[in-house]
Amino acid sequence: MHELAITQSLFKIVLEQAQKAGAVKVSRINLKIGRLTGYVPEAVEMNFNLLASGTIAEGAGLKIEWVPVKVLCRECQKESEQQDLGLGCAHCGSINVQIAGGREMYIDSMEVDNG
Amino acid sequence: MAEIKILKNIMDENLTQAALNRQWFRSRNILALNLIASPGAGKTTFLEQTIKGLFPKYKLAVIEGDITGDHDARRIEALGVPVVQINTEGGCHLDAHMIDSVLSSLDLDGLKYLFIENVGNLVCPAEFDLGEELKVVVLSTPEGHDKPAKYPLIFSEAQAVIINKTDLLEAVDFDIDRAEHDIRRLNPNVPIFRLSCKTGEGLDKWLEWLGTQGTGNREKMTGSRV
Repeated sequence: MHELAITQSLFKIVLEQAQKAGAVKVSRINLKIGRLTGYVPEAVEMNFNLLASGTIAEGAGLKIEWVPVKVLCRECQKESEQQDLGLGCAHCGSINVQIAGGREMYIDSMEVDNG
Repeated sequence: MAEIKILKNIMDENLTQAALNRQWFRSRNILALNLIASPGAGKTTFLEQTIKGLFPKYKLAVIEGDITGDHDARRIEALGVPVVQINTEGGCHLDAHMIDSVLSSLDLDGLKYLFIENVGNLVCPAEFDLGEELKVVVLSTPEGHDKPAKYPLIFSEAQAVIINKTDLLEAVDFDIDRAEHDIRRLNPNVPIFRLSCKTGEGLDKWLEWLGTQGTGNREKMTGSRV
């Protein structure tokens, strides 16, 4: 994973949204990250702390809610969660599935101070 | 203290540019391919062989992505095909903005194929949509048949998989059926082409399939994301 590029995008959005909301400080950023993304929290945190230094996002915590890998089976039409990265329907065992979750990488919400 | 709802995709910027790129290619009927593989899998050689099968009958252009240097671009240039080299200077993948930034330096009038050779990497390119129509993953036999299982994201994203260097099958412990089985587990309907750029075996089937591909095929083929 290329955490710097991801973190730069994340940081840019955080600042834009904070400015839009008239915030003077960002204390926490709540992320939803899918298990398929290969996202490494420690690496993003490290890069984020460097980028945020001296800004209103300095010291902001990054909280991750992991989203499990989900597949929708084309055979039995049921959704199932995947424990590992080998994709197969947990109900009927078919490998004819499409990815229905686990690729998310978004900012759900932020906790800010409005001054 | 207040909580503000954001609901914004971190990859938004790249996705937006990628969508613009895609629309731009489709409106001009240019079939754009994103060639992805580990370093040394044979991407450039595979591209050379593909070009030889299409050019000069069809108008082509190539965007080469490397960390540094223009080694691969010079190889393509030697075939008489217009090529642009992007150097990421350390970046491990191409992104949609980089593609957009070089499009104006290519003569795209009447172009049928745009080949984008990504930086050698099986991990990061999976996350960065370039706006291509087809993601083509090249796996070579010396790399080992366990690679699809180890790199599930890119193999599940591929619109075509090339198993290259089949001429080396006897020399390396590559279980080709096992590799195909693992690829199918991740991507049940993906076309897989076994070929050797060295002997030419299997290239005709690849070129034949490529000839059937047009812009707008993407949704039909994957049925999954983007």
